[in-house]
Amino acid sequence: MTSTLTKPPADPVPTPPRRARRAKAGRAGGQLHAGPLAYGILALLTVVSLFPLVWTAIAASRDNQRLAQTPPPFWFGANLFDKLQIAWVDANLGEAFLNTTLVAGTSALTIVFLSTIAGFAFAKLRFKGRNALLLIVIGTMTVPPQLSIIPLYMMVAKLDWSDQLQAVILPSLVNAFGVFFMRQYLLQALPDEIIEAARVDGASSWRVVWHVVFPVARPAMAVLGMLMFVQAWNDFLWPFLVLTQNGSPTVQVALAGLGRGYTPDQALIMAGALLGTLPLLLVFAVFGKQIVGGIMQGAVKG
Amino acid sequence: MTSRHDTAAPPAKGGAAPGRPPAGDTAQAERKRARLSRRWQRDMRWSPYAFISPFFLLFLAFGLFPLIYTGWASLHTVELTAPTDMTWVGLRNYTRIFDDEFFWNAARNTLTIGVISTVPQLLMAMGIAHILNYKLRGSTFYRVVMLAPYATSIAAASLVFVLLFGRDYGMINWVLNLVGIDNVDWQNGHWSSQFAVSSIIIWRWTGYNALIYLAAMQAIPQDLYESAALDGASRWRQFVHVTLPSLRPTILFTVVVSTIGASQVFGEPLLFDANKGASGGSQHQFQTLGLYLYEQGWINQHLGRASAIAWTMFLILIVIGLVNSLISRRLRASS
Repeated sequence: MTSTLTKPPADPVPTPPRRARRAKAGRAGGQLHAGPLAYGILALLTVVSLFPLVWTAIAASRDNQRLAQTPPPFWFGANLFDKLQIAWVDANLGEAFLNTTLVAGTSALTIVFLSTIAGFAFAKLRFKGRNALLLIVIGTMTVPPQLSIIPLYMMVAKLDWSDQLQAVILPSLVNAFGVFFMRQYLLQALPDEIIEAARVDGASSWRVVWHVVFPVARPAMAVLGMLMFVQAWNDFLWPFLVLTQNGSPTVQVALAGLGRGYTPDQALIMAGALLGTLPLLLVFAVFGKQIVGGIMQGAVKG
Repeated sequence: MTSRHDTAAPPAKGGAAPGRPPAGDTAQAERKRARLSRRWQRDMRWSPYAFISPFFLLFLAFGLFPLIYTGWASLHTVELTAPTDMTWVGLRNYTRIFDDEFFWNAARNTLTIGVISTVPQLLMAMGIAHILNYKLRGSTFYRVVMLAPYATSIAAASLVFVLLFGRDYGMINWVLNLVGIDNVDWQNGHWSSQFAVSSIIIWRWTGYNALIYLAAMQAIPQDLYESAALDGASRWRQFVHVTLPSLRPTILFTVVVSTIGASQVFGEPLLFDANKGASGGSQHQFQTLGLYLYEQGWINQHLGRASAIAWTMFLILIVIGLVNSLISRRLRASS
């Protein structure tokens, strides 16, 4: 069986009967088996997707003289580890990694927690104004974050937070997508009967969240957490504005700094770019399937 | 986060459950029950609000308040060096930026970069989704590969593309030379630089959008295709008359998201500039509104004027959104 047959994470039934699975696969796989043309196009797209990443490593393994020649290098040189080491020290990447991990980790964990409880309320609880409030949540997705940077910058200046990580973390905690994502998941994955059973047994709402919602939501929480981690890790504009002086940059800000100077060392820049990208590519190599599933799941029901 | 598995039926608290009165209805037990019942009702009534309030509080503090405050600041002179000193100037910031030819230049560039990055991106995403929707060997592999650029940061991607688009020794010009095209000065040409900046965006986001389309395609009921096939519709007509209409909400969603994204392009042109300035090239040939805002606010230090730019961008987005919903309503009415 190909992987299209695997159960989508949102399926409320734990193990659907074989026939249903096959029907679903027929619908998903749809019409034809892919022909040579389709595989040819996919191979080309694979090259286009991966080439810039691979070439980053190739360029990082060369020196500037070689990079300033035609044809450009297509295979690795000898300098990779030297350049990685120099870039690591020059851009202070060790500290940047620590900072970025802290920022992305904190914001991903908080977003996942807050989104799960809010998503649960919107999916399963009855309260006045629920639909209107949900509309507001969805509406906030269309407000461009760039609009808030000036007052946020003023706030940060007033609080004397510039160059401090909380200035990056706090504004990144607002996330309507997360709330919506968890609501869509829990709508299907959490049967009302389980909540009612817990209620009859006298569980308070917090107990229901802790002992019923969190265990059921765990797969979606993991996916949302990874998506939010990727997003926070790659965030550029806001960290670039508040972490510029000489305190503690994130990886992206450190990378932007590498490109400056009158005679930039291209191989060094590529080494830095490679180092900054590697952790996320590793995450993707390991959890790629889940992340893909999460994006697709958020899309269909969204 | 809990790691318990036996959560389907949490342990009952003896006697605490409403609707299960304890034996021996003494007055004391009666009071206890009433108290528990009151607490129960409070819990049922208010905990939903407790669950959603963190989101709304954060949104008020870091979303809505800044949005309104930006509008307020846009009516003042505010300098970066003293962000708390504000002098009322009315609409002067707006007239100042509307008189600035670089504002209109940036607005045009944002529009053209937006169009040449969004339109091919979404069309290609649709095609890729269609191919991924076939029965494929190793489909998961292709999906993950298509998403790999999404995991690459703006900074890393832009730095690599700067090298690939190099005028003298860049990979892309080398390939063009092979097919007999002279070196293109990607950074200094008007259209060539905009195309190069757009290609970074296209590279990072096409796979992501393809997965969103794929998900929507997989949700289309198969019987629609079967009945279309029975009516003798060709594969192409099935795509036009079944797939596309079913994808309309998803397409609208991706168009809105991409439009918002395109209106804010910042990191790519910033890092694509050889001088790493905010001017978007020596002739401002690829300065976007996002860069122009940064230049006014953080290089020229006029935060009030930057606020006016931000609000102008917001208003433009609202207009685009209205036009968008108008068009889609027309389409729905006519079909």
